[in-house]
Amino acid sequence: MADAAPVLLSVRGVTLAFGAKIILHDLSFDVRRGSIFAIMGGSGCGKSTVLRAMIGLLRPRAGTIAVDGEDFWSAAPSRRAELGRGCGVLFQSAALWSGLSVAGNVALPLQMFTSLDAVAIRRLVVLKLALVELSEAIDLAPAELSGGMRKRAGLARALALDPAILFLDEPSAGLDPIISRRLDDLILNLRDGLGATIVLVSHELASLFAIADDGVFLDADSRTAIAHGAPAALRDSCADPQVRAFMRRERPDVVRS
Amino acid sequence: MPHERSRPEWQLDSRVSGHCQIVIAGDWIARSGPLPAFPQSAIASVPAGESLGIDAGGLGDWDSGLIAFVWDARRMAASSGLSLDVSALPAAAGRLLALLPDVVGPQAPPRRPEFRPLRWVGGAALGSLGAIGGATALLFATVGGAARAGVGRARLRRADLFDNIRDAGPQALVIVGVVNFLVGAILAFVGAVQLRKFAADMYVANLVGLAVVREMAAVMTAIVMAGRTGGAYAARIATMEGNEEIDALTVIGIPVSDYVVLPAVLALVLTMPFLYLFGCLVGMLGGFAVSIGMLNITGAGYLTQTLDAIAFSQFVFGFLKSIAFALLIGVASCRIGLQAGRSAADVGQAATRAVVLGIVGVIAMDAIFAVFADVAGI
Ligand SMILES: Nc1ncnc2c1ncn2[C@@H]1O[C@H](COP(=O)(O)OP(=O)(O)OP(=O)(O)O)[C@@H](O)[C@H]1O
Ligand SMILES: [Mg+2]
Repeated sequence: MADAAPVLLSVRGVTLAFGAKIILHDLSFDVRRGSIFAIMGGSGCGKSTVLRAMIGLLRPRAGTIAVDGEDFWSAAPSRRAELGRGCGVLFQSAALWSGLSVAGNVALPLQMFTSLDAVAIRRLVVLKLALVELSEAIDLAPAELSGGMRKRAGLARALALDPAILFLDEPSAGLDPIISRRLDDLILNLRDGLGATIVLVSHELASLFAIADDGVFLDADSRTAIAHGAPAALRDSCADPQVRAFMRRERPDVVRS
Repeated sequence: MPHERSRPEWQLDSRVSGHCQIVIAGDWIARSGPLPAFPQSAIASVPAGESLGIDAGGLGDWDSGLIAFVWDARRMAASSGLSLDVSALPAAAGRLLALLPDVVGPQAPPRRPEFRPLRWVGGAALGSLGAIGGATALLFATVGGAARAGVGRARLRRADLFDNIRDAGPQALVIVGVVNFLVGAILAFVGAVQLRKFAADMYVANLVGLAVVREMAAVMTAIVMAGRTGGAYAARIATMEGNEEIDALTVIGIPVSDYVVLPAVLALVLTMPFLYLFGCLVGMLGGFAVSIGMLNITGAGYLTQTLDAIAFSQFVFGFLKSIAFALLIGVASCRIGLQAGRSAADVGQAATRAVVLGIVGVIAMDAIFAVFADVAGI
C-alpha cells in the first residue's frame, strides 16, 4: 500500500555538519505519503541531526530536502515557516516551554495560528492530552512532570495543529511497556485516521516492527545510510550482517567473527 | 577489620626463552593509592615473536585498577604485534577484559589555547561588530513586532507581557527606592559639608534636585534594572535555548522576537520611565531627610528651593533617557541570551555578560546624552 503512494519528503545527497565536523554525507531517502518511516541506527549516528535538517533547524551543507516536490531550503523564510506549521515535532528532549503549563504548551500553537476562542482551544487541549493519556497533568508545569510524562506532553503539543507530517524523536523512550504499546496504536490511528505521514526515530525494536512500514539505517562509521527498507525486512533479509544483527539485538562483533 | 594491604607490584619476567611473563603481585585497589602504570618501553624489551602471558600467583585483592593496567598492557602489546594471554588472571577479570576493545577510536587532541594577540584582537573586533549588527537587527525585529502588535496583527500574548511588567515594575520598586534614597542622601551629605562653609545651606536643595533628576535617578535605576532584570532575561533565554525551547518555537514559525523578546523589552520600556520618576521622588526625599537633619533649613524652604531649581524639561530629558536605557538593556540582554551556548556554564556566562554590558552601556550612553544635552543647551 505504502509503495504505491506518492513521495512526500525527498532527501537527496544531503550532507550535514556541525562546523568542520561532518556528521552524515550523501544521504538519500524518500518518505511516502501516509507511511510510517523509521530512522534507525546506533546511538550518536546522527538520527536527531537528520530530523533537525528535515524540520528546518539545520541547513544541509549540500543536497536538497524536498517537501511535496518543493525544495525546502531554497524557499523563502516565510514559506519555510508556513511549511513548518504543517509539521508537528516531538523533540528528543521534549523541549516543552518551561514558562507555560502543560495545557499552555499545547494551547500556544492554537492561540498563535488559529482564530479559536479560549473555550474552543481548551476543548482541543483536553482532547489532545487525553489522546496521550495525560489528562491528569493538564495544569502542571513542565518541571513537575516525569521524563515519560514530558515526552507525552511534547507529543500532545506536536499534535496541536493536526499536522500532516509528524516528526517523532524517540517517542517511547522512558515509557512503560503498556503506555508504549498504546502509543504505537495512537501513531497507527493518527496515520490511518488523519492520513498523517510519520517520521520516527526509535530504538524500540518491537514497536518498529509493529508499526513502521519503511525506513533508513544510518551508520556512524561510514557516516551515511547503509540500508533502506521496512524494519522487519531489514531484520530478516538485509544484505548487511551488521544491520541484521542490530535489528536482532545481537552483538555485531559476535556476528562479524 | 580490613587486612593490611600489600603494595601492588609488577615486573617483566623473560627468563624462560620464548615466553615472557608479566608477574603481578600485591593488592591492586585503585582507591587505596596510586597504581603502577604500564610503560610503552616495557613492551619494546620483549623480543619479537615471543608469547606474552601473565603470572598472577601473588595477586591479592583487585578492582578496576588492575583491569586498567592489564588493558594498557594488552593494547601496547597489540600495537607491537604481540598478543597478551590473560587466562591466568581471575575469571571475573578475564570477563571484564573481554568487554574492552583492543583499539580505542581516535580521540580528538585536547585543544590548546594559542597565543596569537593579533588574531585575538581582530576576532574580538569582528565579534563586537557582529554583535552590534545582530543587536540592531533584533531591535528592528522587536520594533516591527511592537508595531504589528499595535495594529493587532502580531502575536504578543498579553499574559506574557503582564508577567514581565509585574516582574520589572512593582517588584523592583523596593530596590530602586532604596538605592535612589541613599544616593539622594549621599549627595546631600557631600553638598552640605561644602556649602556650609559658604553659608549657602539652602543650595543643597538645588544640588540634590538637579543631580537626581538629571542624572542619578535615571542612571542608578537603569543600573539596578540591568543587574536585576537584564541578567534574568539573558539567563532565562539562554536556558530556553539549551532546552531546545527556542527550536520548538522556530519550527512552528513563532518568531522569537515576537514571543520572547518583545514582551521582555516592552515590559522594561513601559516600566523604566515610571521607575525613574519614582527614583527622582525618593532620591529627593533622601536629600530632604539629610538636609533637614544636618542643616539649618526648614522643610518648606527646601521644597520651594527644589521647585525653583528644576525645570520641567529636566524631567522630560530624564524620562526620555530612561526609555533609551530600557531599550538598550532589554535588547542587549535578550540578544546575549539568544547567542549563548547550550550548557549550564553558558547560561551563567550569559547572565554575567548581560549585567556587565548593561551597566557599561548605560553609563556610556549617558555620557553621549550629556554631550548632546550640552550642545542642545538643555
Ligand atoms: N550541537 C552540536 N554540535 C556539535 N556536534 C553535535 C551537535 N549535536 C550533535 N552533535 C554530534 O552529532 C552526532 C549525531 O548526533 P545525534 O544527536 O544526531 O545522534 P542520534 O543518532 O540522535 O543519537 P541518539 O540515538 O543517542 O539520540 C554525534 O556525534 C554528536 O556528537
Ligand atoms: Mg537522538
